[in-house]
Amino acid sequence: MLARVAETLFWMSRYLERAENMARLINVNANLLLDIPKKTTLGWEPLIDITGTREHYLKSNENFEERSVLRYLVSDVDSPVSIVSALKSARENARTIRDVIPREAWEQINALNYYATDQLGAGLSKRGRFSYLKEIILRNQTISGLLAGTMNQDQGYLFIRMGRNLERADMTTRIIDVRTANLITNENMELRPFENIQWMSVLKSLTAYQMYRQSMQARVRRGDVLKFLFQSKKFPRSIYFCAQQLEQCVLQLPNFEEVLNQIHSLMDMVQGTDLEALDQNQLHEFIDQCQIEFNAIHNALVDNYFLSGRIYKQAPRQVQKAG
Amino acid sequence: MPIDWKDYEVKDFFDELIQTNGQPRSSSATLARYLTTLSSDEIDSLRAASELSIKEMGITFTVYTQEEGSIDRSWPFDIIPRIIPKSEWDRIELGLKQRVRALNLFIDDLYHDQKIIKNKVFPAELLANSVNFRKECIGVNPPLNIWAHICGSDLVRDADGTMYVLEDNLRVPSGVSYMLENRSVMKRVFPEMFEAMSVQPVDDYPSQLFDMLCALAPRKQVQPEVVVLTPGIYNSAYFEHAYLAQQMGCELVEGRDLTVESDDCVYMRTVDGLQRVDVIYRRIDDLFLDPDAFNPESSLGVPGLMRAWKKGKVALANAPGAGVADDKVVYAFVPEIIKYYLGEDVILPNVPTYRCMYDDEREYVLKNLDLLVVKPANESGGYGMMIGPAASKKEREKFAQLIKADPRNYIAQPTLSLSTVPTLVGDKVEPRHVDLRPFILSSSDINVTMGGLTRVALRKGSLVVNSSQGGGSKDTWIVEEDK
Repeated sequence: MLARVAETLFWMSRYLERAENMARLINVNANLLLDIPKKTTLGWEPLIDITGTREHYLKSNENFEERSVLRYLVSDVDSPVSIVSALKSARENARTIRDVIPREAWEQINALNYYATDQLGAGLSKRGRFSYLKEIILRNQTISGLLAGTMNQDQGYLFIRMGRNLERADMTTRIIDVRTANLITNENMELRPFENIQWMSVLKSLTAYQMYRQSMQARVRRGDVLKFLFQSKKFPRSIYFCAQQLEQCVLQLPNFEEVLNQIHSLMDMVQGTDLEALDQNQLHEFIDQCQIEFNAIHNALVDNYFLSGRIYKQAPRQVQKAG
Repeated sequence: MPIDWKDYEVKDFFDELIQTNGQPRSSSATLARYLTTLSSDEIDSLRAASELSIKEMGITFTVYTQEEGSIDRSWPFDIIPRIIPKSEWDRIELGLKQRVRALNLFIDDLYHDQKIIKNKVFPAELLANSVNFRKECIGVNPPLNIWAHICGSDLVRDADGTMYVLEDNLRVPSGVSYMLENRSVMKRVFPEMFEAMSVQPVDDYPSQLFDMLCALAPRKQVQPEVVVLTPGIYNSAYFEHAYLAQQMGCELVEGRDLTVESDDCVYMRTVDGLQRVDVIYRRIDDLFLDPDAFNPESSLGVPGLMRAWKKGKVALANAPGAGVADDKVVYAFVPEIIKYYLGEDVILPNVPTYRCMYDDEREYVLKNLDLLVVKPANESGGYGMMIGPAASKKEREKFAQLIKADPRNYIAQPTLSLSTVPTLVGDKVEPRHVDLRPFILSSSDINVTMGGLTRVALRKGSLVVNSSQGGGSKDTWIVEEDK
């Protein structure tokens, strides 16, 4: 597998997963807002912070009204985090390596990109939004299924899995963060009655509610939900599960030591933390720590497998020339 | 029934499907009859189905614009096919094989003994001035002594029905993927026609291409590693590069994926380390192939690639320097070239061609600019040409100056009355001009595609079929007629 192709597959997969999870992120916030008394929430603003692009957002927007935030997260092609631009990037990456992935998968990715753009009118309306986002999620699931069911499970597929799982872990922490960010104080007595409903909504947005029920055999409580979403070894969107997937993939590659060490560092941190004991601020900081770990894994992959790293390792002559 | 062939005006051109009396040709009768049974709605839905297939299959070509940079556009396609009877095609195929065989002998001769020049059949000064002659290739012996492994020749039909060769493309001819994709769209849209008529299949091109490339491999004892070398995603033919790599099941590489090591072998950079490459189907022009040998600014190529090729460590298709024979001035000599190497008369005629390097021919051209098409020797894609009857006075004067300044670089041909094919305009059909590009593969034997890519000028009256300038395409059916 060409180093450049491995990198492109990895990014294609990350962008697809990002679009899907952005759809989930918007859904969870929309549901939260319906469930919580208006005066106690920050509305849509927290979503911008969670994407880490507040500065960029403020360049073209003056307020955090629902319309502006949604346009930024769904349709704005200049927004680095919008669904439309993630899908556009996924398509561009897929187009670069369309010879590698099964033709039907390319056609689905291409069609999804057109769907996201053509149906924007519905996607931005209050009434059409839910089914638009649902369709984005569903079509992404179709693409994952197509790839799993029709592509050789070779190195290329390993990079698709790694891209997907790294992005998924990252986005799951961000989705949990919406819940933390949207409540200024969790000690606020006024909100107690709503707390369980809110965690239920987080679970549902991750399609995790039913699996949580089956696996935890408990009613929806903050500590159990956090344990499930971070530490479950069985649920495919939990941070720990994604890390396990990364571990399995990288073990099948040459020179895996550095990446493997980074993955283990993440796994140790997630498993070794008493999540229930964290208050809202500490949880937010813990999520930041997770994201630093994700970045480290990403960088280790770049250094060891992607073209930039390869050129450095395999052709010192060119590096010297450049220097 | 919106389509009625009685309303279809064939006028002064040869129409590929319909005769002057409004009756379909015998090879087209089944299709013509079928089309008249369709309602406006049915025609609309057929067209919509083909457009949707093209969009979803991602059949695109890339265009550059000042405002938007590089974008990929859906491929304009018309659902009414162009039909050629198999009996006629057989003769065309023979003519193409003859032509390519002679051109390969010609190129090999130019890079070795130059007998054809010594024997005064081909003028030495033409070679001295050729921009596509590569002195770096002198004395090189590519596998099987073949230089132009893939050739795309453009055919046009004049008003009297004669099929002419308009030009040969021996560098990096493109379009074959559209030929293949057009067929798969048509199968989705018109399945009943394929049942009713015996349309010859085109699908085996990728496997023939792959076999041809494998035959060039320097290492015979192992399964050769064949790659397609692309300039990248911004090239107008990127779709085709990716498509062919996918169909052949080989890697699509860019220059930066490859490296030539001190053993003069070519390697690609993989996740596992370096891996040897045997055959490169390169879709990059000669001058960008290797910054060490040609353009030092090129970042598309691979330093050392020419060195590896000359030492026989890697095969390149087409071979560097093959373009010397697709120069439009060389074209004018092809009948002589065929006679010289094969001792045969040309089967497929050239369009009558005036060579501006000769005084008398140049005089004629300058006097008759309003009747002629003037072409520079080394441009492709319809760029830099002038169509006399359609040009303004100012444009003609500009070309007169260009010709006088550099006569060697220009040829002129009479404006042909390109043949037409019925093409959907709204829910009616109107004639639109077409050409045809078959593809010829050469290694130990020669294979010609069954038909080729029919390009159509979608604008009324236009003769320009290039996709970059408002052209589209049609499927091409070689049809076996019942005896």
